[in-house]
Amino acid sequence: MLDEKTVRHVAKLARISLTDAEVAKFTPQLSQVLDYVEILKEVDTKDVPETSQVTGLKDIFQKDEIERSKASREELLACSELPVDSKQVRVMPAIK
Amino acid sequence: MAELNKLTIREAHEGLVSKKFSSAELTDACFAEIKKKDKDLNAFITLDEEGAMKSAKEVDAKIAKGEKISMLAGVPAAVKDIFNTKGVKTTCASPFLKDFVPPYDATVIERLKENGLVMLGKTNLDEFACGSSTESSCFGVTKNPHDLSRVAGGSSGGSAAAVASDMCFYALGTDTGGSIRQPASLCGTYGMKVTYGRVSRSGVTAMASSWDTIGHFAKNAEDVATVLQVIAGRDVKDSTTPDVVVPDYSKFLGQDVKGLKIGLPKEYFGEGVEKETAETVKAAVAKLEKAGAKVVEVSLPSTKYALAVYYVTMPAELSANLERFDGIRFGKKPKNEPDNLVDYYFAARGEGFGEEIKRRIMIGTYVLSAGYYDAYYKKGLRVRTLIIQEFAKAFENVDVLIAPVSPFPAFKIGALVDNPLAMYMADVLTIPVSAAGLPSLACPCGMSAEGLPIGLQIIAPQFEEGLVLKVASALEKL
Repeated sequence: MLDEKTVRHVAKLARISLTDAEVAKFTPQLSQVLDYVEILKEVDTKDVPETSQVTGLKDIFQKDEIERSKASREELLACSELPVDSKQVRVMPAIK
Repeated sequence: MAELNKLTIREAHEGLVSKKFSSAELTDACFAEIKKKDKDLNAFITLDEEGAMKSAKEVDAKIAKGEKISMLAGVPAAVKDIFNTKGVKTTCASPFLKDFVPPYDATVIERLKENGLVMLGKTNLDEFACGSSTESSCFGVTKNPHDLSRVAGGSSGGSAAAVASDMCFYALGTDTGGSIRQPASLCGTYGMKVTYGRVSRSGVTAMASSWDTIGHFAKNAEDVATVLQVIAGRDVKDSTTPDVVVPDYSKFLGQDVKGLKIGLPKEYFGEGVEKETAETVKAAVAKLEKAGAKVVEVSLPSTKYALAVYYVTMPAELSANLERFDGIRFGKKPKNEPDNLVDYYFAARGEGFGEEIKRRIMIGTYVLSAGYYDAYYKKGLRVRTLIIQEFAKAFENVDVLIAPVSPFPAFKIGALVDNPLAMYMADVLTIPVSAAGLPSLACPCGMSAEGLPIGLQIIAPQFEEGLVLKVASALEKL
């Protein structure tokens, strides 16, 4: 069971600002989901390997060749709403 | 002749090459239908009339010159608004990307363009493909063409509704836990979820990377095969697409099913599945049995754990994938721009994400955090292995599995929206299949007493999309 303090902490880890109303709404909802997934504890998984991908691929290499990007530098920079200075560097907020 | 927008891909293609009508006329017919219906349905987020007509006229010019065209050339389609489309807004139905115009095309879009794509527009979805009803879209819900008080399903609800209501000939979607099959079933159309890695995901916004697949909606098995033929195959830009041969899918159509072994997983017909749904699916299977297929009951006992596996591993992967949305490289900047970076992240993500995305990011962050990683995440990965093993064992004795897609037909708008766990249950029969990366085709198989479509899914071993199409094609003729 999650409490509001934990929800605020997790939101902080995830870099999401939440309103008080959201915290109040999410706390029981997230608790319900996390309580539900407790069902996994019933399953005996001793000696069962973990699956992180399902087609068994490994070590996928490709030729070390430079390929032109599908988009130009200008087009990619234009995706941002933040200003670009004269050297075409994105102007970001300062780290304080 | 039937109304142009109601034709199948093959009928449209044959009409184009025999010059009975032009691609421009097909495109006009689709836009006329959209204008008539989409005010009510809300299947589209963005329409591109100018772009579509330009592409249509290019195909018409080729036909006039006597050039050979591909089956899909000039046949109008819709695209889920999560595929990057160069120069056409791609929103993921999120406030974050409301005005985002991508500078390049997804690989699948490139392949379709090489085959004469006429893209009518971009279709509605749950925000970042997270949901089973399109109710989490910031552009409002897509309504079910069979009953406007009900959902079209999700997350690819716009694409499903667009095909089911003849506003387009086929449509692209994505399926992570059921996002193609479930809306296909709720709207009464065909929806193909491919083997994990069969179709490139490059240029499609990622949700849960070990689950995400690209697929499509169409009006019959042959049309499904036609689209799959173009989009399937290795792409160097997506290293999860293996070098497995793409067969000629048309060869699987029209074959008989004599001797084919069909397994009915008993867990998919039991508790939580509406009786009418289960019986309708069984009646369709009985037709295949009458046509010579052998039907046996099988058991997949870990089915009941699949939803929990999904709601641990999917949010974990999603929370990592959605880290890139920081409001700096793309996406909306926050309204009152904080002057330091950390506050900027908080504000951008707090304003840019809707409720369901916030919930899923937080679940993912929680299960990946120190102290919970082994108990939730690793445990989920282990139970996933058991689910995979059970499917493999079942396929030692049967060729395909058939089961309902959704435990119930389309539900009322708003019915589940404040109960996330109940909403998640809508995918309880599609998620296990996704866990094992198997191909599965949702096919319409009947109507409920209330007049709502019921769908079944045909499931096969990895990369056996051909087998799935063979069964679907046989079934639609029975």
